[in-house]
Amino acid sequence: MTASPMTTVPKIALKGVTKHFGPKKVLNGIDLEVAKGESLVVIGGSGTGKSVMLKSILGLLTPDSGSIKVDGEETTRLRSREREKLLHKFGMLFQGAALFDSLPVWENVAFGLIQGEHMPRSQAKEIAIAKLGAVGLTPDVAELSPSELSGGMQKRVGLARAIADEPEIIFFDEPTTGLDPIMADVINELIVQCVKDLGATAVTITHDMASARKIADRVAMIYQGRIIWTGHARDIDNSGNAYVDQFVHGRADGPIKMQIKAL
Amino acid sequence: MGFLAATGRAFLIFLEATGRLALFTGSALSHCVRPPLYPRQIMRQMIDIGYYSLPVVGLTALFTGMVLALQSYSGFSRFQAEGAIATVVVLSITRELGPVLAGLMVAGRIGAAMAAEIGTMRVTEQIDALSTLSTNPHKYLVAPRLIAGLTMVPLLVVVADIIGVFGGFLVGVYRLDFNAASYINRTWEFLEPLDVISGLVKAAIFGFLIALMGCYHGYHSKGGAQGVGAATTNAVVSASIMILVWNYLITGLFFSTK
Repeated sequence: MTASPMTTVPKIALKGVTKHFGPKKVLNGIDLEVAKGESLVVIGGSGTGKSVMLKSILGLLTPDSGSIKVDGEETTRLRSREREKLLHKFGMLFQGAALFDSLPVWENVAFGLIQGEHMPRSQAKEIAIAKLGAVGLTPDVAELSPSELSGGMQKRVGLARAIADEPEIIFFDEPTTGLDPIMADVINELIVQCVKDLGATAVTITHDMASARKIADRVAMIYQGRIIWTGHARDIDNSGNAYVDQFVHGRADGPIKMQIKAL
Repeated sequence: MGFLAATGRAFLIFLEATGRLALFTGSALSHCVRPPLYPRQIMRQMIDIGYYSLPVVGLTALFTGMVLALQSYSGFSRFQAEGAIATVVVLSITRELGPVLAGLMVAGRIGAAMAAEIGTMRVTEQIDALSTLSTNPHKYLVAPRLIAGLTMVPLLVVVADIIGVFGGFLVGVYRLDFNAASYINRTWEFLEPLDVISGLVKAAIFGFLIALMGCYHGYHSKGGAQGVGAATTNAVVSASIMILVWNYLITGLFFSTK
């Protein structure tokens, strides 16, 4: 699990990406590179632009300026057809799992296979059940509706859906938020396992340091819409950066002042 | 100065909303005719709109037809024109009340459900999830609903026309003691194809508007449960008003002889 040499083209490269909503600048010039096959964890407080960054890479939001390259190709100006094709490379686990509640569990997992790749339903169902097995769920869960599942099980189904059509890049949006510590660790291990099995590039955003330590090859810290530190996961405790130190140890005192008053 | 600024701002917001709706409509329409379509989704929506709306639309039409016969009798008997009741009932139902009342009932039933479902999908990130699974949300969510609305509401109105006229017949024959055969004769006598056709054209446009408003407001809802609630209200209110406005415009188009 070592990062590729720097001479190769990075899997994802962001340069000077900015995005504002109304008067509020959420991304303030993001520069970030993710090498092929590495697992990058982006840490940062609430409202620092983590989710907006992921959604900008996926094209769910259009950045105001800057460049986002995937496999060396510029993606910020793609038309919807090309965007759909690009998104075949991506899988995403959403914070609230975002399962389709009108469909049974197996169809959720098989969705990308049936709709995106036009696979016959029976074949897609077999794959879906296999993927559910990979995240530790039994075949009888397949026929249930997502609303019948617990939060942890929904996250697992979301993970199975994200890996179902074997993406090259997987995004995890706060994968452990809202789970108890044991279930959080189960999800962390599943993430590590799935990413390794697929040989995928992974980007995780989280403020859960236990999760970050478990998943990350490399860690980046985002603060006020900028990446202020990147480094190896093992260097996280002696980063030499006061902001990172404060965040990693969860202290109220330090250079990061909590914004109590809304902007 | 404050007044001018406020007016200008309101005007700009209006322009922005109009533009956004126009873009949304254009994109959704283009997805209705470009493959791939989603037959399962279209079928599901058709059943929801066409089949499950039958009871409420049928009941509305039945009582409307009945009350029309009753009202026109008490009015027309003042100048001995009771004979026109059957004609009044059939013309009112096919040209106006069938499509408008069916449209309003469907707007309440379906427009609200669409806005709530799509709105919830928006705030729980399900729409984003669709995109990441390489599925265009306009194509998967909006186009099937527009197609179903456009095709199913006219069929509902055919049923409403028949039941409404039947309601008038029931009251005419069993309450007002008309001869059944002559009531039926009177019903057919002055009815022209254009009366029914104009009603069905209205129905198709209403069905489209209901689905469009449900999808548009749901799609752009934000801010959790409250946002979804507001989207639902906006969908029903805007669809209802559009139905009434377009009803006048289409009537003018079909029947403006002067």
